[in-house]
Amino acid sequence: MGIRGIIKGLGITFKHLFETYSEDLKQGPDRYKTAEGIQDRLSADTKGIFTVQYPEEKIPVPEAFRYIPFLIYDELEGGERDIRCTSCGICAKVCPPQCIWITRSVNPETGRPIPKPEKFFIDIDICMNCGYCAEYCPFEAIRMDHDYEIAGFDRMNHHIYDMEKLLKPASYYAKTHPVQYAEEETARLEKEAKKAAAQAAKAA
Amino acid sequence: MSDPILVSTIPDFHILYPENVHQDERPGYTGFIVQSPFLLEFAKAIRDDWGYDFLTSVTAVDFFPETFEVVYHLFRSLGGGVLTFKVVLPRENPKIDSLYNIFPGSELQEREVYDMYGIVFVNHPDLRRILLWEGFAGWPLRKDWKEAYFEEESKPFSSRWPNGEAVRSESANPFHANLKYPPGFDPEKWIPDGEDALYMGLKQPENSDGMNTDYMIVNLGPQHPSTHGVFRMAALVDGETVVDLKPVVGYLHRNHEKIGERNTYLQNMPFTDRIDYINAMSNNFGYALAVEKLMGIKPPERAEYIRVIMAELSRIQSHFMVTGFLLNDLGAFFTPALYALKERELILDIFEEVSGSRMMCNYFRFGGLARDLPEGVLKKIHDLAFNRLPRKIDEMDELLTENEIVTARCKGIGILSAERAIALSAVGPILRASGVPYDIRRADPYSIYDRFDFDVIVRYHGDIYDRYLVRIEEMRESARILQQAIKQIPEGPIFEGKSQYQVKVPPGESYGRVEGPRGELGFYVVSNGQPNPVRYHIRAPSFINLTGLQEMCRNEKIADAVAILGSIDIVLGEVDR
Repeated sequence: MGIRGIIKGLGITFKHLFETYSEDLKQGPDRYKTAEGIQDRLSADTKGIFTVQYPEEKIPVPEAFRYIPFLIYDELEGGERDIRCTSCGICAKVCPPQCIWITRSVNPETGRPIPKPEKFFIDIDICMNCGYCAEYCPFEAIRMDHDYEIAGFDRMNHHIYDMEKLLKPASYYAKTHPVQYAEEETARLEKEAKKAAAQAAKAA
Repeated sequence: MSDPILVSTIPDFHILYPENVHQDERPGYTGFIVQSPFLLEFAKAIRDDWGYDFLTSVTAVDFFPETFEVVYHLFRSLGGGVLTFKVVLPRENPKIDSLYNIFPGSELQEREVYDMYGIVFVNHPDLRRILLWEGFAGWPLRKDWKEAYFEEESKPFSSRWPNGEAVRSESANPFHANLKYPPGFDPEKWIPDGEDALYMGLKQPENSDGMNTDYMIVNLGPQHPSTHGVFRMAALVDGETVVDLKPVVGYLHRNHEKIGERNTYLQNMPFTDRIDYINAMSNNFGYALAVEKLMGIKPPERAEYIRVIMAELSRIQSHFMVTGFLLNDLGAFFTPALYALKERELILDIFEEVSGSRMMCNYFRFGGLARDLPEGVLKKIHDLAFNRLPRKIDEMDELLTENEIVTARCKGIGILSAERAIALSAVGPILRASGVPYDIRRADPYSIYDRFDFDVIVRYHGDIYDRYLVRIEEMRESARILQQAIKQIPEGPIFEGKSQYQVKVPPGESYGRVEGPRGELGFYVVSNGQPNPVRYHIRAPSFINLTGLQEMCRNEKIADAVAILGSIDIVLGEVDR
C-alpha cells in the first residue's frame, strides 16, 4: 500500500487551510463583519473558510424568504389602520396543516357580516412555512415575514399569534419585499387609474 | 443528441391470457387486472418471456367499501415505460401470493402493504409489521381506520374554530383517549415478541469447520452515528464477520401517505419536501409530474428548463453530501464532509433565493412553478455550473479517489451483482454501479431530458468504490446538463394563466417517476374526481434499496456494514415516511 494518494489529499487539505489565511491577509479586516465581506463569502469564487459568524454577522435574507405569515394594514391619516384582510378564508382553506383560524366581524346593529376579520389566529407551532397563504391571498393582505429570530422560553402561552401580534404596516412590507411591493403598487395604481378614467368617461 | 428514443410497447396481455388477464377499462386507468390465482404464473411469464424483470413498486389501494387492489409496477431494465397490473381482493380476509420467489425486491414492500392494509402475503419469508410496532391496533391506510387526533375525513377542516374560538392541538392530550390497542392487549403485561421474531429471522449457517463457536447478535442503532438518523441493523456475527443482517426501520414513521390522502392535491406539495429532506426539489418534481399526468397538462417551456436546473442542482448537492458522509462513515472525521457541505451551501443559497427556503422548497406547482427566477440568480447558477462546481468536483475526486485508505476500505466490499441488483429492485447509483445502465432520464425520459446531451454513468464491480465513482461522475454529468440548460433557457411565462388553489383532477390513476439522486422516485396517485386523492403512494428509493442491504453485508466485516449503509445513501425521512 502506497501513500501517494494520502499525500495528495493532505496537499488539498493544506491548501484549504492556507487559503483561509491568505484571504485574510489579502482582504484585511474587511473580510469579517462587513456586508461586503459576507457577500464575498457567499459568492461562487469564495476561498478558504466561509462560515458566517452568527449572531455577530448575519446573512441577508433574500426577498422570497418565508417564515411566519403576517397581516398587512395600510396606514391612514390620523394613525388609523386599514386592515387589508377581508376574512374571505382562502388562506385558511389552502393551509396544508390548517393552522389559520379567522372569525369574521359582524355589524352589531344589523347583524350582518362585515368583510373584516374580528379575530385572526395562527398557531405557529403547526405552521410549516410553506407560503401558500401569501401566494393565494387575493387581497395582498397576508405575506411571509423575514424575522426568523422568534425563539422563546415557553412552550404553551405565546405560540398562538393573534391579530395584534400578526398585524404589521405596509411600510414594513415595502422594506422586506421591495420588488414584490413595487410590482403590486404599480398594478394597483394602474387599476385605480383605469377605474378613475372609466368613471370620468361615464361622467362626461 | 436527438437520436430517436425507442420506447417499447406493452404487449397485449389480455389477448395472450384471455381467461385470467383483463384490461383495466375504467376511464383514466391503464394496465391489466390479473386474477388472483394466476398471479404467480403471470409474474413468472412477464419476467421470463416478456423481459419485465424489474419490479419497481408494490402497493395497494382501498376502494372502500368494495375491494382492495394490490398494484404492481414493473419495467424492463433495458428501458421503456412502466407496466401496471392489479389484483383485486375482497376486503374481508384479504390474501394474495407473495412474489418474493420471483422478485425478491418485493420483500420490504410487501411487508409495508401488510403493515398498512393487513393484506396477507402467502409464502412471504418474514411477514411482520415493518413501519409500525407490534402492539399497534388496526391497519392505518384502510379508509375506515381513524388516527389519533382525527378531525375530519379531508381538508379543509371546518371544525378548527368551533364557536369562533381557536382550539389548540395541545389540548388534545395524546395520553388520554388517543391510544388504541388491539383487543385483549394490555401494555402493562405485554412482553415484546417482535424482537424474538426479528432475531429468529436471522439465519444461522451450518457449522462446517467443526469448531464449536457461537454466534452473537449485535444491534447497530437505532441511535448510532453511522446510521444517518434513527435506523437499526440487527446483525448476526461470527467473530467480526456478518453472517446475516436485517434492517429495522420505522422510527421516524408518521404515515405520510395517510396525511396525503386527507390533504388536497396542492396541500401535498409542501409535504413532499419532507419525505427526502435532502433534496426537496426532486420530490416536488415527481409529485408534480404524477398529478400533471392525471390532469393532462404540461408546464410552459421556461418552467421546464427551471425544473431541470433545480433538479440537477439538487442532485449535485445530494451527491456531494453523500460522498462526504460516506467518508465520515469510513472514519475521515468531517474534513471531506465539510468540504462537501460548503458546496452544498452555495446551492442551497440559490434554492433559498428562488423558492424562499433552503431545504423545504415547495417550488413546483401543477403546470408550472411558484415564481420565476429572481434577478441575478441565473448569473449565480451560471457561475456555479461553469466554474465552481466542476472545479470542486475535480477537487473532491483528487482528494478521495486515489486515497489508499478509501480504496482499501471500499474496493471489493458490499458487492451486488447486476442480476441481484435487478432482482432486489435496487435503483439509482447502486444499480448503475452494478453494471446496469438504467437511468430514467434516458430509459423513460420525462420533462425535457431528451434534449440534453449527457452520459449514463455505469460501473461494473458493484462495490462501494464503484458507487462512489458513479456519484462523482454523475455530478459532472449534472453540471453538463446545467450548462446546456442555462444556454438554452428561453424567456417566457412560468405558468399558464393563474395558479389555482383548488385544482380539478379527473378520476384515474397515474404513476409519475423521476430519477432522483437516490434512484427512481415514484408517486402513485389515484383520483376519484374529489379534491383529495384516494391514494397517494410514494415509491421511496432509499427504502427499497435497503432490500439489498442483507445481501451486500453478508460475509463482510461488521465495520464494513457501516460503510455499505453509507454507500446506499439512505434518508430516514424517506425510508420511514
